Amino acid sequence: MLEFKLPALGADMDEGTLLDWKVKPGDTVSKGQVVAIVDTSKAAVDVEIWFDGVVEELKIPPGERIPVGTVLATLREPGAAPTPAGPSAPHRASAVPPRISPAARKRALELNVDPAGVTGTGPGGAVTLADVEQAAATVQTPPFAAEPAPEKIDRQAEMRKAIAAAMSLSKREIPHYYLAETIPMARAQAWLTAANAGRPITERLLMAVVQLKAVALALRQFPELNGYYREGAYQPAPAAHLGVAISLRQGGLIAPAIHEVGDKTLETLMGELTDLVKRTRAGSLRSSELTDATITVTNLGEQGAELVHGVIHPPQVALIGFGRIGERAWVENGALSLIPAVTASLAADHRVSDGHRGALFLIELRRLLQEPEIL
Amino acid sequence: MKMSYREALREALREALRNDPRVFLMGEDVGKYGGAYAVSKGFLEEFGPERIRDTPLAELGFTGAGVGAACGGLRPIVEIMTVNFSLLALDQIVNTAALLRHMSGGQFSVPLVIRMATGAGRQLAAQHSHSLENWYAHVPGIRVLAPATIADARGMLAPALADPDPVVIFEHAQLYNLEDECPADWRCDIARAAIRRPGDQVSLLTYGGSLPKTLLAAEELARDGVAAEVIDLRVLRPLDMAAIAASVQKTHRAVIVDEGWKTGSLAGEIVARLVEECFYDLDAAPRRVCSEEVPMPYAKHLEDAALPQPAKIVAAVKEMLSA
Repeated sequence: MLEFKLPALGADMDEGTLLDWKVKPGDTVSKGQVVAIVDTSKAAVDVEIWFDGVVEELKIPPGERIPVGTVLATLREPGAAPTPAGPSAPHRASAVPPRISPAARKRALELNVDPAGVTGTGPGGAVTLADVEQAAATVQTPPFAAEPAPEKIDRQAEMRKAIAAAMSLSKREIPHYYLAETIPMARAQAWLTAANAGRPITERLLMAVVQLKAVALALRQFPELNGYYREGAYQPAPAAHLGVAISLRQGGLIAPAIHEVGDKTLETLMGELTDLVKRTRAGSLRSSELTDATITVTNLGEQGAELVHGVIHPPQVALIGFGRIGERAWVENGALSLIPAVTASLAADHRVSDGHRGALFLIELRRLLQEPEIL
Repeated sequence: MKMSYREALREALREALRNDPRVFLMGEDVGKYGGAYAVSKGFLEEFGPERIRDTPLAELGFTGAGVGAACGGLRPIVEIMTVNFSLLALDQIVNTAALLRHMSGGQFSVPLVIRMATGAGRQLAAQHSHSLENWYAHVPGIRVLAPATIADARGMLAPALADPDPVVIFEHAQLYNLEDECPADWRCDIARAAIRRPGDQVSLLTYGGSLPKTLLAAEELARDGVAAEVIDLRVLRPLDMAAIAASVQKTHRAVIVDEGWKTGSLAGEIVARLVEECFYDLDAAPRRVCSEEVPMPYAKHLEDAALPQPAKIVAAVKEMLSA
């Protein structure tokens, strides 16, 4: 028997509201499949399952607000025999939808119980009237159909609270240090212009993905910036999953992850970033995107300020910021010139790394951005 | 007063013969022999050969004579030895008795009562033992009764005689020797089903000779903590669907016990109506305990095996209730 528990969809989450199931008992699920939608304070998140199996029972009805760690569903290992449900159960394929007696179905409707989540004790494992009534008695919270509450959540207020909690924790516990480095962007811009020349508008690359790729490659030499600090110990992450800060039109921001950025082409990254921004703003993120970021990158973009001193998102240990790319007076080889440049900044956790290594990271980032063709 | 089912029938007939000069009894061996099941024993002496008429072995003929007598103003009671033999009289019963009101545009009614024995259990073999009540319950124009208690054996004849249309009464061969208290007031209707034992977990719907078996099963179920409600249909046509539905709406489960063969049975009709009318009250698929689909065997152990029995009823209920 496998238990699928409500994951923490971010360090700031300690409870969530199950909005909907995407599977039903008997369904075969595979790792990474979206099985439920859970409302966190930030968004309605498509929650992925992290193992393969066959759904046996859905324990929580939609509409219920539950703490992180609550068992949402039980599953059996792929190929394992179903839990005995009755003498006639074995000849039924596991994919057959659960049997529900007509009386039970009617009563379930009256009581607003989802019969799909009820364990049947009738002949052949059928859900009976008594099963439905017992399920209704067990589930204390009002039934899902009668509870429009999840949609009524003042998401802006909830998000503000969530950001407040995470950032307070960060500033309270993480000893930040800050470094900044101005990086010439002439080569990168020239390369990008050339790379985009032959592309239709929809496939053009943005400087943001060039910067993301450079960060991911630079991090390979600086494991102390890419990982989690938890319970007094640092665990470096095996790959760089970059949390990309995306501001929302109604206020607030979310930093969902793009996975394994260092191994992906710029074209792939561009597609993923576009998709991620779209889904973040539509409120349909996947749970792994909310939980997996190993470091955050914030890019202020063309409308932004010159320099950002970031606040680290716990339990991460670093945040990379990019300010606005702008024309700067630049001295090189004793001559003054105007070049496009960006100020990259690093906010890092002094418990894990020191300024010297942080500075070397920024230098490496600068070097990589001078050779955009290798990205 | 304690009496047998046979005595209760005899008392009812005697009362009818005494109270209404239009009433007469006609059939094979009803006179000198006293009736195949000794129901009319002593009647020939008491009422004379005009009113207790032995007939030739010609079911079609004497049933037709009964139809004619009814049309002519008498109140005949025709006894047919067993339902198996009644097939010879089907033309008179189905094509004449049941239809004459309709065919005559309401000018004629046929106030005829036909009594016949039905059912197995007495080792009378296949040609004397079948349970064909459903053949009659199929036909509009006749009322079909199945007295299963002493009180109904005593009480059903009077309203049947009072009915202006044909009534067929089935007396189960295994009930004749049944003895029980006859209530002081045995008068009854011939329209409604009766709850013979209340319960709220499963409805056992039955009639006639299967009622005692079903009550035994209910008792055994009660010992195992299952409260079965036993409904005696009493009237097989028209079915008291309101009573059946009320019981099933309470228990949400139905097992029909019917000595007829399952295919095309009355039990099948009840299941169909439950599904049509009480679908959302059903908490389990209805079950039927019927006779095995074989000619009724002569050998005792095979006959027992072919018939519904308390153990089969208990097993059906338990399968329905347990996972």
